[in-house]
Amino acid sequence: MGQDKIIIENLDLYISKAHILKNVNTTIPEKKITVILGPSGCGKTTLLKSLNRLTDIYPDVDITGKILMNGHDLLHPDVDITELRRNMGLLSQRPVPLPMSIFNNIAFGLKISGRRNRLFLKKRVEHYLNQANLWDEVKDRLHEPASKLSIGQQQRLCLARGLSVDPEIILADEPTSALDPLSSKAIEEKFLELKQSYTIVVVTHSLRQAKRIADNVIFMYMGEIVEQGPAEEFFSNPKNTRTQEYLSGVFS
Amino acid sequence: MSFITNILPTKSTLRKVEEYSFRAIMYLCVGIIFFLLIAIIWGIIKKGFPALSWEMISSVPEGGFYFGKGGGILNAIVGSLYLAIGATLLALLVGLPVALYMNVHLVHRKKLVNVIRFCLDLLWGVPSIVYGVFAFSVMLYLGARVSLLAGIITVALFIIPVIIRTIDEAMKSVPQGLMEVSLSLGATRTETAYKIFVRQCMPAIVTAVMLAFGRAIGDAAAVIFTTGFTDSIPTSIMQPSATLSLSVFFQLSSPMEEVKARAYASAALLTIIVLIISITARYFSSKYNKSRIK
Repeated sequence: MGQDKIIIENLDLYISKAHILKNVNTTIPEKKITVILGPSGCGKTTLLKSLNRLTDIYPDVDITGKILMNGHDLLHPDVDITELRRNMGLLSQRPVPLPMSIFNNIAFGLKISGRRNRLFLKKRVEHYLNQANLWDEVKDRLHEPASKLSIGQQQRLCLARGLSVDPEIILADEPTSALDPLSSKAIEEKFLELKQSYTIVVVTHSLRQAKRIADNVIFMYMGEIVEQGPAEEFFSNPKNTRTQEYLSGVFS
Repeated sequence: MSFITNILPTKSTLRKVEEYSFRAIMYLCVGIIFFLLIAIIWGIIKKGFPALSWEMISSVPEGGFYFGKGGGILNAIVGSLYLAIGATLLALLVGLPVALYMNVHLVHRKKLVNVIRFCLDLLWGVPSIVYGVFAFSVMLYLGARVSLLAGIITVALFIIPVIIRTIDEAMKSVPQGLMEVSLSLGATRTETAYKIFVRQCMPAIVTAVMLAFGRAIGDAAAVIFTTGFTDSIPTSIMQPSATLSLSVFFQLSSPMEEVKARAYASAALLTIIVLIISITARYFSSKYNKSRIK
């Protein structure tokens, strides 16, 4: 099953003494879609956000263990955190456009990394909006505030923005939970296309979505990884009783 | 069925009474505020406008001005503008970075930030005359004389808490997702602060500047010890300067009616300056309001 992009070893995370992640050991394969599945409050989002150390901005977080990417420990204090985060595009639960125009939402990441040539920016913005199937809808109003777009359009804008800084990994936290079925489908199809060139990690509590897109599944319950493995095996032949219960809908 | 029809009217009547009485209280409160505002403005206009003349706003006091002779209060108008603009800019220069630091860099240190907030609220509550006396004692120690600079620094000190806390309240409600997104695009915390938070909170920053400017230009207590009073327009920040609020104070203490009328004219000018600056600031902040994330 391909190469491992990220290896997580003995990861423990506490938020003001509450044990949120309990001895997490897992691997995330390169250029595949890994789905983190589990009921609400099981630590899925926290695990996702510790991958690019967004957990730094939460109060009273205590984290131990190792997260290795390309052989470097992301939790090491000497890591260039800015560069690390740029390497991972984030798609959040609700779309969060930046408080600026559609054009600048995409150009922001490029501008702060020092590329300010207007012609270059124009080309890149068009390219990434096309990648997210949004260009045709917004090409005539690139300078309007991004907050005026519909929710579905905003989420595609956020995807385009995430791609704009040329990451290797896409982290998506329940990216379709606020969207209508059509927009959700568009995002899912995009993921299936993007996995050719990106490693994608998707958090979801939708079993059906997981079945549609997952190559690799991590099933979490109460802060622990209960079962993990290739999607086909996971769905057709779950070994743990909790997993069997979850898959058959005993709890969700 | 009859049970329901019997009980519904009484319940809804009660709720109606509740609704109407609370509405009435709200109308009353709004009415009181408007009445006060109009009464103050009307009082100032009625007593001040007859004394308002081109000479009043275009010339400095001549000898015997405070006994009803010729001249104007240009010294105080210019002095007040210098002082209030200088102090507001200085306070913004200090206050904005503090507010950003509290909300972006210290976002994971909730307790520390709350201690800072508590201290700022205390400072906000200290009357401006205490700042004036404090600054005066420092000036005595340094052997400095009253000057525009001393006034600007003193006034800036007491409006800094106003600026920080007003901006801080708005930044507290910036969605956490916005910071996560900015960071994950490879922005540093400082870039997130100045490129995202400042934009998102622009209306609050304008409000903060307005509040601070209003306090700065209207204050008389802190400047009386630090800026002094003079009949000429200051040509350097090391010179003393007149202020409108003190000008109102001195003229209003006069027993002569025509001098008192001029005090009201000065007050009217002060109000008009604040009004013009408020409206301009609102206009510019509304331009940024459109792209804010709700």
